[in-house]
Amino acid sequence: MYELRVTGFGGQGVIRTGMIIGKALSLYGGLHATLTQSFGPEARGSACSAQVVIDEEPVTYPYITGTDFLIAMSQEGYAKNVVNLRENGTLIAEKDLVVTDPEIKRKTFSVPATRIAEDLGVRIAGNLVMIGFFTAVTGLCELEAVKQAIPGTVPDRFLELNLRALQEGYDYGVKEYGDAAVTAGEATK
Amino acid sequence: MVKADPLGVLTGSHYLDGDEACAEGALAAGVRFLAGYPITPSTEVAERCAARFPFMGGTFIQMEDELASMAAVVAGVWGGSKCLSVTSGPGFSLMMENIGLGIMMETPLVVVNVQRGGPSTGLPTMPGQADMMQARWGSHGDYEVIAVAPNSPQEAFDLTVEAFNLSERFRTPVFVMLDECVGHMTEKVVIPPADEIEVEPRYMYTGDPKEYLPYKLDGNEYNVPPMLHAGQGARFHTTGLTHDERGYPDMTPACQDVLVNRLVDKIRKRDDIVHLEEDGIEGADVIVLSYGISTRVAYGGIRIARERGVKVGHIAMKIVWPFPEKRILELVDSVKGILTVEMNLGQMALETERLAQGRCKTVLAGHAGGTVHDPKVIAKAIEELAK
Repeated sequence: MYELRVTGFGGQGVIRTGMIIGKALSLYGGLHATLTQSFGPEARGSACSAQVVIDEEPVTYPYITGTDFLIAMSQEGYAKNVVNLRENGTLIAEKDLVVTDPEIKRKTFSVPATRIAEDLGVRIAGNLVMIGFFTAVTGLCELEAVKQAIPGTVPDRFLELNLRALQEGYDYGVKEYGDAAVTAGEATK
Repeated sequence: MVKADPLGVLTGSHYLDGDEACAEGALAAGVRFLAGYPITPSTEVAERCAARFPFMGGTFIQMEDELASMAAVVAGVWGGSKCLSVTSGPGFSLMMENIGLGIMMETPLVVVNVQRGGPSTGLPTMPGQADMMQARWGSHGDYEVIAVAPNSPQEAFDLTVEAFNLSERFRTPVFVMLDECVGHMTEKVVIPPADEIEVEPRYMYTGDPKEYLPYKLDGNEYNVPPMLHAGQGARFHTTGLTHDERGYPDMTPACQDVLVNRLVDKIRKRDDIVHLEEDGIEGADVIVLSYGISTRVAYGGIRIARERGVKVGHIAMKIVWPFPEKRILELVDSVKGILTVEMNLGQMALETERLAQGRCKTVLAGHAGGTVHDPKVIAKAIEELAK
């Protein structure tokens, strides 16, 4: 069983990130994935978080009890949640938006997701870059499964752009962390 | 039973939350009218129906409040639709008067209550299971109700279909008692093809409309009279007052006796309105009884207790009202105790206590809501009972 938390601020597509990963794993990845979200004033700019419990067996307890994978897309989200990241857990950080605490040592992968999305001309697709990157460095799900999960979760007219953002994030992961990605992928098997 | 109308069935595998899956269940069952008033954590059910209705000729009305919502839903049924309303605790309280009207007029409909922490406005964004007795007794007068309690988005789909079927079969309002946790939890939901979904058709009058008496029984096995809708050629009257078979007020003890006894007996005298999932009951020292999200959390506690060698069985109620009296009575003499796991301070636990009458111990594992149980607390309670 793996517990994933995605954090950031409202408007970054944090919940959508959890939704796409959960959908990819449970519909196309042969696993069970239960998504819950911290339900609050999720207006643009406020802190928000999505949690996914991932298991080979049907998930019984619906909430996460610790974190194996933390996707941090904001400093606040990182600071608040890194304390619950297990010692052997993995941090996946937005490189430009998160300064990690040197005291807290965790396996870490960073990607300038927002900048990559901006270069594509769609800043709001930063979450798709992050999903692609997550897919590459964790090996938790196949890129193809994620691609299948995206239609229906983003507006049709932006589908192609989102798929490009996903690929950019994936490619960045392979380029920057090639070997480490394999190791991380192994660690999740 | 007939097959579902394919227009309302979104066949395939989806990643949906419990609210959305509940909406899909309602649409698959044939709902084409929803009147409601938005309230967290139930709004997504109405949103989903409102978005999907245009593709199947359905109508959604956002009413001025829940009193009006319930009135519109009762009227919509008599106008010929399959109808739904959706709410949470505070709105459920406001609906109670017209739910009673629906019961008295024998109106098949479904009300979804996505439970949150109460009383009053309580915890709008957090789960509770404290409206269970309100579902049973919230309206005034003598009556019986039927209610289901899904534990996942998949069950939210399946049991909403079942709720509609029960409402048509017994011509009575049926409740879908969701909770915020299941309502806002997203999981895989498989919706079968329309021809694999069984739908109970409305029990309609087929004789000469001139002869139609709206509450005249015809020997139907469910003890309900056949229906005609407004505009189907018959002149008829229906009312919340105690009425005779013509539907006219007959406010006498004799008429009251016949009518209310039938309304109660059509549900109380049946022991087949039961839907349980059982696990490890044979030879168990302790039985855990749960429903809704608590069934999943209870499973965690049961697993821990079993690892420690306790013989513990699990009854997960899918239909919570009527309470599975017969099954509980079969078990009270052979177990040490029954542990009811629910997100309230003791509601369904009182039912087990009433039935057990001291023949086995009955204990509550409950809390006031806001989150689900800690499985370790459940495990500890199981071990205590097994001693």
